[in-house]
Amino acid sequence: MTTPVLSIRNLSVEIPTRQGIVKPVDGVSYDVGKGEILGVVGESGAGKSMAGNAVIGLLNAPAHISGGEIWLNGRRIDPLKGEDMRRLRGKEIGMIFQDPLTSLNPLLTIGDQLTETMLTHLPISRKEARERAIAALEEVGIPGAAERIDSYPHEFSGGMRQRVVIALALCAEPSLVIADEPTTALDVSVQAQIISLLKRLCHERGTAVMLITHDMGVIAEAADRVAVMYAGRLAELGTVRDVLTVPQHPYTHGLMASTPLASQGRKRLHQIPGAMPRLHHMPDGCAFHPRCPHARDKCRAAPLPPVANERAACWFPMLPEEVQ
Amino acid sequence: MTTEVKDKGRWQRFLESDFFYAFKRSPVALVSFAVVCLLVLSAVFAPLIAPTNPFDPASLNLMDGFTPPLEPNAFTGNTFLLGTDDQGRDVFSTILYGMRVSLFVGVAAVLFAMVLGIVLGLVSGYFGGWTETIIMRVADVQLTFPSILVAMLIFGVAKGFTPVEYRDQMAIWVLILAIGLSDWVQFARVVRGATLVEKNKEYVAAARMIGRSPWAIMIKHILPNALSPVLVIATISLALAIIAEATLSFLGVGAPPTQPSLGTLIRIGQGFLFSGEWWILFFPACTLLALALSVNLLGDWLRDALNPRLR
Amino acid sequence: MLAFVIRRIGQSLLVLLIVGLVAFSMFRFVGDPIDNMLGQERTIEDVERLRAQLGLDQPFPIQYFKFLEGAAQGNFGVSYRQGRPVAEILLERAPATLELAAVSGVLAILAGIALGVFTAIRRNGPTAHTIMAASLIGVSLPTFLIGILLIYLFSVELGWLPSFGRGETVQLGSWWTTGFLTESGWKALILPAITLGLYQMTLIMRLVRSEMLEVLRQDYIRFARARGLRSRVVNFRHALKNTMVPVVTVIGLQLGAIIAFAIITETVFQWPGVGLLFINAIQFVDIPVMAAYLMLISVMFVGINLIVDILYVFIDPRLRVDRNGGH
Repeated sequence: MTTPVLSIRNLSVEIPTRQGIVKPVDGVSYDVGKGEILGVVGESGAGKSMAGNAVIGLLNAPAHISGGEIWLNGRRIDPLKGEDMRRLRGKEIGMIFQDPLTSLNPLLTIGDQLTETMLTHLPISRKEARERAIAALEEVGIPGAAERIDSYPHEFSGGMRQRVVIALALCAEPSLVIADEPTTALDVSVQAQIISLLKRLCHERGTAVMLITHDMGVIAEAADRVAVMYAGRLAELGTVRDVLTVPQHPYTHGLMASTPLASQGRKRLHQIPGAMPRLHHMPDGCAFHPRCPHARDKCRAAPLPPVANERAACWFPMLPEEVQ
Repeated sequence: MTTEVKDKGRWQRFLESDFFYAFKRSPVALVSFAVVCLLVLSAVFAPLIAPTNPFDPASLNLMDGFTPPLEPNAFTGNTFLLGTDDQGRDVFSTILYGMRVSLFVGVAAVLFAMVLGIVLGLVSGYFGGWTETIIMRVADVQLTFPSILVAMLIFGVAKGFTPVEYRDQMAIWVLILAIGLSDWVQFARVVRGATLVEKNKEYVAAARMIGRSPWAIMIKHILPNALSPVLVIATISLALAIIAEATLSFLGVGAPPTQPSLGTLIRIGQGFLFSGEWWILFFPACTLLALALSVNLLGDWLRDALNPRLR
Repeated sequence: MLAFVIRRIGQSLLVLLIVGLVAFSMFRFVGDPIDNMLGQERTIEDVERLRAQLGLDQPFPIQYFKFLEGAAQGNFGVSYRQGRPVAEILLERAPATLELAAVSGVLAILAGIALGVFTAIRRNGPTAHTIMAASLIGVSLPTFLIGILLIYLFSVELGWLPSFGRGETVQLGSWWTTGFLTESGWKALILPAITLGLYQMTLIMRLVRSEMLEVLRQDYIRFARARGLRSRVVNFRHALKNTMVPVVTVIGLQLGAIIAFAIITETVFQWPGVGLLFINAIQFVDIPVMAAYLMLISVMFVGINLIVDILYVFIDPRLRVDRNGGH
């Protein structure tokens, strides 16, 4: 098997707080292969964005990586600091943020922002950079790219701005893109366009994508494999078809049942009772047991089963016949 | 419920409040509060504390002039804590009396600005229309200019109106008028803002319906909502007013030498900077600095504690 | 854009008219100009003649209009104290104040922005903490005390720099005298310029720091970092430029304040500028000089405010469109 583009092994992130150390990411492992889209899904606070920030080295102090390894194209990157990490950002790892209205600098034209990124990472002239910037804008579907390159961000609509953000993230041709809720702030009608654009570009270029979202619909549409996170830990990992059709972890099952799907008609949506535990008060054993309909004594006492790169982190995975 | 119980309850509530807790926990607030208290008390009780009354010509001896601090005078053998000036006045006593003038002018000017600002703010917010336009326009124009300049101008004009023989006597009151008039805008803006918010609330409409007069509504119902920002602005204004007074007096357009404030004392002391009598300048300057700095720090702290949004 | 500029100019003119009214009222009602000009020995005819000559027999609005007309042409009357035309005295004194204000302004802006950026980027470093603590004292320190302190250190104790005056000046053209061309002129300028600039520098520094901290929290700064831009580029090209939008307004106001605060510095250092002239005018109730100074400084303030507003539009492209879109 070829080396995956991104490989996270047993990654933990810690934040020291007044009430003690909390672990927003706790022993997470997954791989993303070339041209593959890995959906990382979970509720807000599940640690999915934090893991993405750890990969690109943008954790806000005092949060820091406290354990595990991050490998990018066969090179270990988690110990990198300062300038070494900076050279990687943009060039090897691109990142797309949630809100296109706030992620572009309002005082610089989009052309300025594109060319400065390329000139930072690529050995090209200013003129070439401008040509490539126009090409990049065309590629993400900005009509009249040659004229609009000198426009300011506020002159674009939200959807168009997210296209610009994608062009920015991809302009130095990184091998990995972390897309952190790329469609959450957009109109529903635009969401699908952005997702299919992202999907197309990455498949064409063979870019690996870590697609962070809380939206199961986005996962179903775009991802090849999916990692379900709960309270900083990996709950389930597998191909989209497996996880979505036959979830093994009760949490994934609950998440699926609470997602509105057009095909289900007007059926009443399922709710997972309770709320995700706060990081200061993590329960013993499996973090999900207080909300799990199938919890038994073992779940309450014993620590989690070891998570391999396969399926559910659960003592009693659900069987296909339990899942309707 | 008797008033006594109510008062005790209030005091108790204050001691248990977040505000008092934050105060106890902040060394900056505690120290500046202590310094302010010390300075204010020594200014108030200056006649009791001061060894001499520096403005009683009978108690002065020109032979005592230019005595350095804590050294006996060559002619008279008298010793003075902080030395004496050219006239033989005890510097420690002049500082105590000077601080009285500085604090009096500062506090009076801020009170004047506060009352004026509150009234104009309430009126313009409550009545709106032309009154509001005119008041806020004047405020805007005045804000274009630094308040110290406005104070100087008002001082100059008022001086022009005062007959020559009364100018020294009136100087303190003119100073209060000038600093107060230069500083009302901030108060007016805050109070007007609060008034605009409150006047449309139901309880104000209810009060109006039962026939309460506009002034009763403004003072009893609307004003209390603006009190904490007004208090913060007043404290910060006090530091600014003390500095403004000192500056004007230092420039020779404030408190006269017959009734010197700290600024006047510094003006007098500056003349002896080159001849080596440093103490005549040094001690008044330090006192002014301590006063301005501690009031300023207290105001800063108060602003953060009462209303973080004002930052 | 054009409509915006025209509207702002209109507002500025209104402010000037109000200030003109204040200045005129001072001139007209504070003391009796006739008394001031003629002194004790006078005849009824003298009074009548002067009254007609000054136009004091005409209705108030006409007098006001004439006053404005005169002021616009630089005619501010005659100083009660010096007996010379006020315009002449002001013109003679203006270069000293303008040179002092210019040097302090440049000093305050450059040092203020540099220190503000530094304390924002290194906000947890010991140097930044020290600078911030010192700045708090700087804000509470009255300007004249700073001046006296500097005189004591550098003139009295060390004897390096002069404590008063402008040093040697050189005549440039018909009326401008400059201290920039002689060594003693520069030496004399150092202490007053620092005294005058320090307070404004502190204000600019604190403002730049807090705005910069705010901007550094924004998404587009995270995104700029995520694209691997060098931290110098992120801090200066991206963050500082966004910081400048609010900072420019305050800097504009501070420039006006520098000219006003020059009064204090000029008094401490006996600097022969218009500020010292103004203070003397107040001491001696020389109304024409006061009125003229007021008019002059208002024109400067209003002019600076106008420039700042227009500058705004150039810094922030969003305003360009919004204002265009409005019309």
